Amino acid sequence: MTAVQQQALAGQKRRPRAGRGYGAGYKVLSYILLTLLGLTMVVPLLWMISTSLKPLEEIVLPNFWPKRATLENYRYVLTETELPRWYLNSMIVAVLSTISVTFFDSLGGYVFAKFDFPGKRIVFLAFLSSLMVPTEMLIIPWFVMSANPIVGSTWVDTYWGIAFPGMITATGIFLMRQFMQGVPDELLDAGRIDGVSEFGLFWRIAVPLSLPAMGALAIFNFLGNWNAFIWPLIVTSKREMMTLPVGIQFFSTEVGSNWHLIMTGASLSLVPLLIVVIIFQRYIVEGIALTGLKG
Amino acid sequence: MITLTPATRKTLWAYIFLAVPIIFFAYFRIYPTLFAFRMSLYDWNPMAIDQEYVGLENYQDIRDDLGNPRSPTRKAFENTAIYIGLGVPIQLGLALLIALMLNEIRRLANFYRLLFFLPFVTSTIAISWVFRILFERQGYINSLLATFSLPPQPFLRSPDQALYSILVVVVWQGLGFAVIIFLAGLKQISQSYYEAARIDGASRWQSFRHITIPLLNPTIVFLVILQSIAFLRMFAPVYAMTVQGSGGPLNSTTTVVLRVVREAFDSNNMGFAAALTVVLFVIILFVTVLQLKLTTRQID
Repeated sequence: MTAVQQQALAGQKRRPRAGRGYGAGYKVLSYILLTLLGLTMVVPLLWMISTSLKPLEEIVLPNFWPKRATLENYRYVLTETELPRWYLNSMIVAVLSTISVTFFDSLGGYVFAKFDFPGKRIVFLAFLSSLMVPTEMLIIPWFVMSANPIVGSTWVDTYWGIAFPGMITATGIFLMRQFMQGVPDELLDAGRIDGVSEFGLFWRIAVPLSLPAMGALAIFNFLGNWNAFIWPLIVTSKREMMTLPVGIQFFSTEVGSNWHLIMTGASLSLVPLLIVVIIFQRYIVEGIALTGLKG
Repeated sequence: MITLTPATRKTLWAYIFLAVPIIFFAYFRIYPTLFAFRMSLYDWNPMAIDQEYVGLENYQDIRDDLGNPRSPTRKAFENTAIYIGLGVPIQLGLALLIALMLNEIRRLANFYRLLFFLPFVTSTIAISWVFRILFERQGYINSLLATFSLPPQPFLRSPDQALYSILVVVVWQGLGFAVIIFLAGLKQISQSYYEAARIDGASRWQSFRHITIPLLNPTIVFLVILQSIAFLRMFAPVYAMTVQGSGGPLNSTTTVVLRVVREAFDSNNMGFAAALTVVLFVIILFVTVLQLKLTTRQID
């Protein structure tokens, strides 16, 4: 189908036209190039895993795979460091904010899609404008607010303090608004006549019809919060409250030249995520294509 | 009991449903935004009890820094410009190439797509440390170079190479996202255009140039803007790949956001840092408005 484009890649300007399924040459070239580029994608990840299995004396040797593989590094990182705690912290923060974002963004999207009310435009524009403000602009005010003895002293080193920026997102509200517009009004009106409460209309009619979009939203928020770095770095000071990325940064800086330990920490932080992603690949890829969302 | 008209009832419900989001946005987004503007007019020090109003002095300091080739702030803006100027075209060029090839093949297409997609979902910090060690003097990349009898390179330890080494990692990690967006764009182009072009005797290059590229234009604009903003906000990879998150060696890799964090949280220079974020905000605003202008012109 896109042999046309393939030609451009091959840099060949003119080629006799072939029938359908043309361009076996382009296909072969595609496979070769994709394999080479694909290798550069996975080799660093494989190297990370292989180094995590190496004993100390092997780490600077040029061999890719360990000569004498050991799980000792894993035992060390899992029992002698706070990594399991960081894992738990990241999990709590990501799950909390994902639940919150999925619920409130859907509800907000539903209201903007299906309700007409005075002030709708202004509220909508206020939400919209917040999209243009990068998180980096807010971290300094957030930090000052969180050091405020009245409200904020309870923010530093708490799950709420780490998670609040991701609790409700404007992007999600707009995404859900688009989807909720597709919910038929007749269905909602019929529900109203049958005496379904307003929340019931949302929960039992609009939500079931928007599950694919909500799924995409949930996955991206989970990934985004799981990998969030700049704000968790600033709002945590106690080691036991760090999230995984912040903990990995501190741990790696500390152990310095012990590459095998750094790679073990990195593997432990990435591999479970990668397994989940491989299982849900289709869903995630379709979600990105559908929404243009970034993790 | 009071009876409400249906319209009033709906208004009431709309605001009940929106109550939490409105309070959230007002307190955690809009108020801090205004607060950042206000802080930028003060010599704000988190350790002090009273903050001194200095007017536009912080902005004048930024202007002076930008005029001084040796200031870290100027370096940060220069580096950020290089990251965007090189990173966006390289990343999108590679991603388009990969998307075109993925679109070409049938067998194993999902497998290859997964390969390119994997790095995108990895944590930037963990992956930055993987590369930081790969780039070490005795690291794997240098041992690869040695097998080709090439001299070892300092990579992250050299002021000349560090920025490009970091750029490679950022491009590598973000590639999968752009590939998937390009694939979605390519799928939307109707095959009938290509068939019509073929009947008219167009070469493949002509079809690519006159069908694929124009019809893919909205996708390209979308990605250019999105990735430019992402590079503009670059922080974590530089923080993780430079010694003590310094943006070194010799500020050669530092970015605007790294400067913000350093000034605000290491030097307690929060007014100056806030002014820097206002500048960042204005740039992002400009880019976003540009996107709106470009994409609405597409519809005409």
